[in-house]
Amino acid sequence: MAKVTLKGLNHSYLKTQSSDADWAIRGVDIDWNDGGAYALLGPSGCGKTTLLNIISGLITPTKGDILFDDKVISGLNPVERNIAQIFQFPVIYDTMTVYDNLAFPLRNRKIPEEEIKVKVYEIAEMLELSSTLNNRASGLTADGKQKISLGRGLVRSDVNAIMFDEPLTVIDPHLKWILRSKLKELHQKINRTMIYVTHDQTEALTFADQVVVMHEGQIVQTGTPVDLFEKPKHTFVGYFIGSPGMNILPCQIKGNDVILNGKKIETHQQIKKNNFNKTEVGVRPEFISFSNEGIPVKVLSVSNTGRHKIIDTESETGKIKIIAKSNEDIPSGSAFLKFKKEYTYTYGDSWIIE
Amino acid sequence: MNKTVNQKAWFFVIPVFVLVAFNAIIPLMTVVNYAFQETFGNNVFMWEGTRWFKQIMLSERFHASLGRQFLFTFIILFIQIPLGIAIALTMPKEGIGVPVCLVLMSMPLLIPWNVVGAMWNIFALPDIGFLGHSLNALGFDYNFTQQIGDAWFTTILMDVWHWTSLVVLLSYAGLRSIQPAYYQAAEIDGASRWAIFTKIELPKMKKVLTIAILLRFMDSFMIYTEPFVLTGGGPGNATAFLSIDLVKMALGQFDLGPAAAMSLIYFFIVLLVCWVFYTLMMRNEEKS
Repeated sequence: MAKVTLKGLNHSYLKTQSSDADWAIRGVDIDWNDGGAYALLGPSGCGKTTLLNIISGLITPTKGDILFDDKVISGLNPVERNIAQIFQFPVIYDTMTVYDNLAFPLRNRKIPEEEIKVKVYEIAEMLELSSTLNNRASGLTADGKQKISLGRGLVRSDVNAIMFDEPLTVIDPHLKWILRSKLKELHQKINRTMIYVTHDQTEALTFADQVVVMHEGQIVQTGTPVDLFEKPKHTFVGYFIGSPGMNILPCQIKGNDVILNGKKIETHQQIKKNNFNKTEVGVRPEFISFSNEGIPVKVLSVSNTGRHKIIDTESETGKIKIIAKSNEDIPSGSAFLKFKKEYTYTYGDSWIIE
Repeated sequence: MNKTVNQKAWFFVIPVFVLVAFNAIIPLMTVVNYAFQETFGNNVFMWEGTRWFKQIMLSERFHASLGRQFLFTFIILFIQIPLGIAIALTMPKEGIGVPVCLVLMSMPLLIPWNVVGAMWNIFALPDIGFLGHSLNALGFDYNFTQQIGDAWFTTILMDVWHWTSLVVLLSYAGLRSIQPAYYQAAEIDGASRWAIFTKIELPKMKKVLTIAILLRFMDSFMIYTEPFVLTGGGPGNATAFLSIDLVKMALGQFDLGPAAAMSLIYFFIVLLVCWVFYTLMMRNEEKS
C-alpha cells in the first residue's frame, strides 16, 4: 500500500517535440492517498493509458518523477514497484488451469505453496471462481477470463497499488454492474490504492472517490463526482460528464457583466478580468427551467426518457438542451429560459473564470 | 435460414475438377493400375493382385530407405523447429531491421531446388569448394562424395540452410500476433523470460508451429531434387531417401509394378503421419 505522487510528468512517444500536440502527457501533477479509489477519466487518446503505464513502470516518462510514499521510484521496473495491473482485454495463460493462473504471480515470487493455496482460494471465493478452479482457463467466457485477470491482480496482498485499464470493456452490460460493485466491495475489503482508467463516466463516477479528468494529455480537473458535475473547471469536463453534457454558449464580457444574446445574465462568479480570446457561458441542462422571461428560444423537440424529458431548443447563439421532469408541461414554439445562477459559469479560453 | 438450392452451380466446379483430374487423379489412378498388374509394354497387363505390395513390404531395400528417410526427417525437424523459433525470437520487432531480416530470411526459399543442390555440391567439394576446402584446411578429413557421415552432414546442413527460414517466418508471424498486454501482464506478474516463453509465446505459436511442422515433415519426407543433385543418393545408397530410391526403381530398373506399389505405400505413410499429427494437435485445441 502506498501513497502515489506524480511530479511534473511529461511524456512523448516522439524523439523530438515541436508543439503541444507532440506530447502524450503534459505537466501532470497528482497526489493520490494511500488506500483511495481513483479514476482517470477521458476520451480515447487523451493519454490516460500512457499515464497508467508510466505509473506501473511499463513506460519511462520523458520528464518528471513518480513517487510511492514520497520515495522516487522512477527508475524501477514493474516488479520492483510491486504494483498490479489489469488490462483492457483479459490476459490469461492459456495452458494453465484457473488455479495456476491465479497462483502464477505468487509462484514467480517464490511464495510457499501452502500460503499460495490459502490466497488463491480466498480470491477465487471473492470472485466466485471457486467452482472452476481446476478447469483450463482458456475454456472460460470473456467475463470469466477477465475475472481471472482481476484475480491475478488482487491475489498479492502486499502490492503498492492496483491499476485497472478499462477492465470492463469486453464484459456484457449486466455483468458490468456486478463486477463493478464487486470491485467497489473489494476496495472496501482490502483497502488498497486503486487506480481505474476508463472513458465511461458512469464507471468512473460510481467507482472512484476522486476522479481525474484528462483531455489532450492534460489534467483538466480533479475532484469528487459531485464537484465535476456541479462545478466543471473546464468546458471539456462540462460536456464530457453528464448526459446530455453542459450547454456551452458563446458570450461577451463587458465590464463585470456577462452578456448572452445581447442580454445581461447572472452567473456564479464575479467577473474581474477580461483578457480572453474566447468567452463562453456554461450551464447544465439540469439547471435550466422554462420561465416567463429570460433567454428567448424556440422549442425544437422533446424526447422522453422515462425518468425525465430532454428538450432541444434553439437560441440566437446556439442550441440549448434542457432536462425537465417527465410530468412537467413543455411549452411549444417560443419560450423563455432561466438559468440557475449558482450553477451557471463563465469560461475564458475554455477554463473557468474565477 | 433456408439455402437456395441451385444445382447449376456444379458447372462452375468443372474447370477445377478437370485440372485436378489431369494433374492428380488420373496419374494416381495410373499408379494404382501399375501397382496391381505386371506389364511387358505394348499395353499388355497381367493381374498380380497384392504381390508387389508384399514384395515391397518385405524388401530390405525398402526398409533401409524408409529408415534413412525417417532418420533424415527427424534430424532436420529436430534442428529446424527449435532453431527457427530461436531466430524468430531474436529478430527485431520494429524499425528498418524488420524488412531487412524478412527479405534476408526469404532468400533461401526463393532459390530453385536444383540450384540449391548444385550450389551446395560446388560449395562442399573437398578440393575446390569453399566449405570442403576450408574444412580440409582446418584439418578435418572431409569428403562428402566418399564418406557416409560427411554426406549426411552436408545434406542436413543444406536442408537446414534452405528451409529453416520457413519456420522462422511462420514463428515470427505467430510471435507478432501476440498482444503487447500479454507481455506487460507477464512483466507485472514477475514472470521470468523462460516462463514468458513457455506460458505465453509457445502456446500462442501452437497453430503456426503445427503448420510449420506439417509442412517441414511433408517436404522433407518427399525430398528429392536437392540430395539428387548434391550426392545422387551416394556414397553407395547412404543418402538414397525414399523418393530417390523410388525413381531408381521405376526409371533405372524399370520395375514399374513394385515401384507403383512402393509409391502408394509411400503416399499412405505421408497421409497417415500428417493425419495422426494434425488430429492430435487439434484434439487438444477442441478440449480447451
